[in-house]
Amino acid sequence: MRKGTLRQILLITDGCSNHGEDPIAMAALAKEQGITVNVIGVLDQDTMDENGLREIEGIAMAGGGISQVVYAKQLSQTVQMVTRKAMTQTLQGVVNRELKQILGSNVSMEDLPPEKRGEVMEIVDELGETVELEVLILVDTSGSMKTKLPTVKEALFDLSLSLNARMGDNLFSVFVFPGKHEDVEKVLDWTPKLEALSSVFPKLTSGGLTPTGPALRRAVSHFQKTRSLRSLIVRDESYFEESSM
Amino acid sequence: MSVMNPILKNHLCKLPVGTVIVGKWHNHAYKIVKPLGSGANGAVYLAESMKGLVAIKLSDNGTSITSEVNVLKRFSKVQGAALGPSLLDMDDWFDPYTNRAIPFYVMEYIKGEEFFSFIKKRGKEWIVILVLQLLSALDQLHEEGWVFGDLKPENLLVAGMPPTVRLLDVGGTTLQGRAIKEFTEFYDRGYWGLGSRKADPAYDLFAVAMIMIHACYPLKFERKENTRQQLFTMIRADATLRKYQNVLMKAIDGAYKRAIDMKRDLVAAIHHDDLPSKPFVAPKQSSSRKQHHKKSKKRSGVLETAFIVVTLLCVYALYLYGQIL
Repeated sequence: MRKGTLRQILLITDGCSNHGEDPIAMAALAKEQGITVNVIGVLDQDTMDENGLREIEGIAMAGGGISQVVYAKQLSQTVQMVTRKAMTQTLQGVVNRELKQILGSNVSMEDLPPEKRGEVMEIVDELGETVELEVLILVDTSGSMKTKLPTVKEALFDLSLSLNARMGDNLFSVFVFPGKHEDVEKVLDWTPKLEALSSVFPKLTSGGLTPTGPALRRAVSHFQKTRSLRSLIVRDESYFEESSM
Repeated sequence: MSVMNPILKNHLCKLPVGTVIVGKWHNHAYKIVKPLGSGANGAVYLAESMKGLVAIKLSDNGTSITSEVNVLKRFSKVQGAALGPSLLDMDDWFDPYTNRAIPFYVMEYIKGEEFFSFIKKRGKEWIVILVLQLLSALDQLHEEGWVFGDLKPENLLVAGMPPTVRLLDVGGTTLQGRAIKEFTEFYDRGYWGLGSRKADPAYDLFAVAMIMIHACYPLKFERKENTRQQLFTMIRADATLRKYQNVLMKAIDGAYKRAIDMKRDLVAAIHHDDLPSKPFVAPKQSSSRKQHHKKSKKRSGVLETAFIVVTLLCVYALYLYGQIL
């Protein structure tokens, strides 16, 4: 089986967007380009309002990813879990497509007898361990998110701890929205070391607008950059694009 | 898609007693007796079958069910070990309530007690005994090239006579060299900033040390600035743990490459006090520590007097020397 690169956007937010394009449309755009969008909603004590919840679910659904709403305290465990689950889900989609090519149009892993399923699962596990991964993290820094930023930073370190334990390579990039001057601002360019974040994250200022849609659009276009970056680093390895399930 | 469909999950956790689950591939029937527990990855029930009482795990997450079955299959090849429960069946059940095929697997039903409630009932002296058993089981697992991963008291069951520790829930079991599949923060060395999440035997041994600490500090605590110092201070402050402080700190520092080495050192620490030549007896209570303190004060008083006497003698000797000249 060919080895490709998995691309994910991880959106961390605590509420509804109120500026720019529809974030659900932008998530659909990401999916069309083979990028999975996962969303984590961060709660305070109280529950999130209905609109915020619906938007979070909508973005993840349109982006072919996973959504989860949690209290700030559970953020670390959730961020790494959602990322891993989304990886497995995408890889399973890839494996399912290969199965369909071999066994006919309507066969997926669930249609295999349980004994065979185990063998397929081992392939998915193997891929999850070795595949290259690019994660772009989009952090909402508007209004009430400000107090949660130290927790977000902690969760991102925890994520890099989990992902860097894999055999495959990782690239991380971090954007925040709203930015100081624009809708969205890059705080960390593609790097295998998410720890580099510590120097830039605390300087953030948070504003009133929540331009989730524009932030997603910018994130999608930032993935174009890794293509040229990778081809510089790895010359003789061919580059495959993986489309999501 | 959310991580776990809440309605479906709820439904799977609340299957009525008497529900008969029939697999579509192997046609075995299981009649639900009572729920045994449920977690993020599904629900476990006690069920009646042709083979007697069994435990059955259902989940709408086919991926995790398949992964767990893979691990249980490997375990069953390891001879005579107290590793996971043995695997009996794996199948899909067509759930009439949701019109969906629910993957499930059937395993041996282990009737036992949870690790901490056993210790609470039977006494703290059991902690180290059960940990020694656990280390033997882990050593076998490590020799096979695996790491248990999600090691915590909730995943340990004490069963049978004599009481023997058994490992449950193999969802975190990972091949060595790969990234730990599932973990719980409190027992995870990554969370404590004391190591990576790459699966190696030392990862499990860190969790063993945390289980021992937690057994003596029933209230869960959170990490502080200097985590290593924090854990060390807690170990020193507890009479049971202090006895094993060197072993525990070595496990926390990841210094043990094999479970069997940690077991050997633990055994040595247990018998340490029974040896005839005790180099140092740790003070047990604050009152005895005070006494000890007083004693040392007295001792330093004696030293002071001796010092003065010696100095005076010297001065006198010098004086005599001068007189003679």
